[in-house]
Amino acid sequence: MTDRVVAWASRREIRRRRLHRFMRHRLAAASAIILGMLFLASAFAPLVERLMGIDIRDVDLHALQQGPSAAHPLGTDELGRDLLVRLLYGGQISLLVGLVAAIFSAVIGSFIGILAGYFGGRLDSLLMRVTDGVIALPILPLLIIFAAVDLTKLGFQASGVDDGDISLYRIIFITAMFGWTGVARLMRGATLSLKEREFVRAAIAMGASPWRVMRVHILPNAVSPVIVATTLSVGGIILFESILSFLGLGIQPPIPSWGNMLNGAQEQLSNAPLLMIWPGLMIFITVLAFNFLGDGLQDALDPRALND
Amino acid sequence: MLDACDGAVMTDTENLLEVRDLKVHFPLPKTNPFASAPKVHAVDGVSFDTKRGTTFGLVGESGSGKTTTALAIMRLAPITDGSIRLNGEEICLLAGEPLRQQRRHMQIIFQDPYSSLNPRLRAGEIVRAPLDQLDVGDEKIRDDRVAELFRLVGLRPEQQALFPHQFSGGQRQRVGIARALATQPDLIVCDEPVSALDVAIQAQILNLLRRLQEEFGLTYLFISHDLGVVQHMCDDIAVMYLGQVIEHADRLSLFGRPLHPYTNALLSAVPSADPALRDRADRIRVSGDPPSPIDLPPGCRFASRCPFAEDRCRAEEPRLRLIAEGHQVRCHLVTDDGSPPPHLAA
Repeated sequence: MTDRVVAWASRREIRRRRLHRFMRHRLAAASAIILGMLFLASAFAPLVERLMGIDIRDVDLHALQQGPSAAHPLGTDELGRDLLVRLLYGGQISLLVGLVAAIFSAVIGSFIGILAGYFGGRLDSLLMRVTDGVIALPILPLLIIFAAVDLTKLGFQASGVDDGDISLYRIIFITAMFGWTGVARLMRGATLSLKEREFVRAAIAMGASPWRVMRVHILPNAVSPVIVATTLSVGGIILFESILSFLGLGIQPPIPSWGNMLNGAQEQLSNAPLLMIWPGLMIFITVLAFNFLGDGLQDALDPRALND
Repeated sequence: MLDACDGAVMTDTENLLEVRDLKVHFPLPKTNPFASAPKVHAVDGVSFDTKRGTTFGLVGESGSGKTTTALAIMRLAPITDGSIRLNGEEICLLAGEPLRQQRRHMQIIFQDPYSSLNPRLRAGEIVRAPLDQLDVGDEKIRDDRVAELFRLVGLRPEQQALFPHQFSGGQRQRVGIARALATQPDLIVCDEPVSALDVAIQAQILNLLRRLQEEFGLTYLFISHDLGVVQHMCDDIAVMYLGQVIEHADRLSLFGRPLHPYTNALLSAVPSADPALRDRADRIRVSGDPPSPIDLPPGCRFASRCPFAEDRCRAEEPRLRLIAEGHQVRCHLVTDDGSPPPHLAA
């Protein structure tokens, strides 16, 4: 009976079931809501700024490291800037870096993985050795070197682009360049198993070009684990960004990110611990929420739970 | 001039498919750096002809190489050696675009209707894909053709909009058949097309295949391990064991007078509801597993399981010999005049 019901389920029905399975995952559902609120709050940071009648760049040397007050709900930092607004703007940067870098990684990784898995042989060996090589690279020292490269000396004129933006692009670029290996391996594995499925053989027998087989028959059927892995990696990237910024190699002040806010707060640890606790808490919550979200998606998108 | 002559000869021939000495060996990783790499002899020298408009059956147990033979003929498995001629054209050496174009003349129906359709495409898109990929007709012609194909295989054209999971197993197999028919191929390889279906549905699908054959003069290469199905469907039958054809005959000879001990064993293993048949004393039982296709024994490949094997069988490999008109067998014990092994004759 249940078999029949499932067998006749329409695509919309499947989507509904997936949503249902996801919502049953309490932590994942709560995480999705928390992340949604974080996104909204970050997106509306300029509005909050205007409503509160403060400018994020306002340095108020008469109000350094103040506790919470009516004018500054979370207090002020070591330069007298409003902590709440800086946290929201920092969230913009951290979430942007996390998501964009994760998506770039997923695209690069999927492309390399599907090519390696589908064509096999020498191309596979070559691409997988490159992947192993990238995994083996000592990433932190390399990042320190990359972060220290002065683009203007390499011939890039810094016209129109300010330093802060460059540090943002740089960190996204660097994380994507080193972060695709996991997805590449995942995609290669999925491609190898899908390649043996009869519908892929059938497509080749019906005259489909390799490009079409990969695009129509392999990629859509391998995308669920990639979505899960990408979601899980966002948390890691946000952590990574905060580590780099904490070391002074990531997002450059005065642009706030959760990582460089931690960095700025470290000298004030003994007299103003809240300056460190707030951004630390934001990173903690966001990373945790992305991990729960990934777990929830894993269950919801699990193909074994579907009658395909 | 010479070419024209050749062409004329080729089109005259009534054989659609000619397979000669086909070999598919899969190399394994080297274990000993000084020896040559071991390999799996999945198909090891298979030859047969298929007449236009007939059904050729390939029978054998799991691992006998029948599916690999089919995939090699479809150019979906790597061919180690041999020759395959379709319509007189050698297709073993084709690659890239010429091979892709050749595919409109040969199509395949797969065993598992649950894995042979992409779960993310609609049935109409699945059937239409070969037409799009091989540039058959224009948009309008393709639309009409897909609707016509749905009717031909007993589906309603409205069902084009459904996804594979919305069909039952038998209906999915009908979608697979419609897809195979789309480009009007000469040869359709049926790789165990009914073994994943319920018995009642099997009969429907087999009858559909026969009706389509009569209507369009199709030629089938029919792979099966079910002798009942083979007897129902096939005109000529080759029995495979461990990558080789061990007996090859038309349906009447093979089922009426099987010569090879293995064929006899297969036939006597067909389940029967008749107690008299079931308890026949002369049932040949085969025990054990076939030898490994990696390290093949020197003599006859069936010797280790053959109840009649002699010393010669274990030392010398038998050839495929022509015993009677259209009846070939690979066994030392079958005499040239066509008597089966003495123990069998009783």
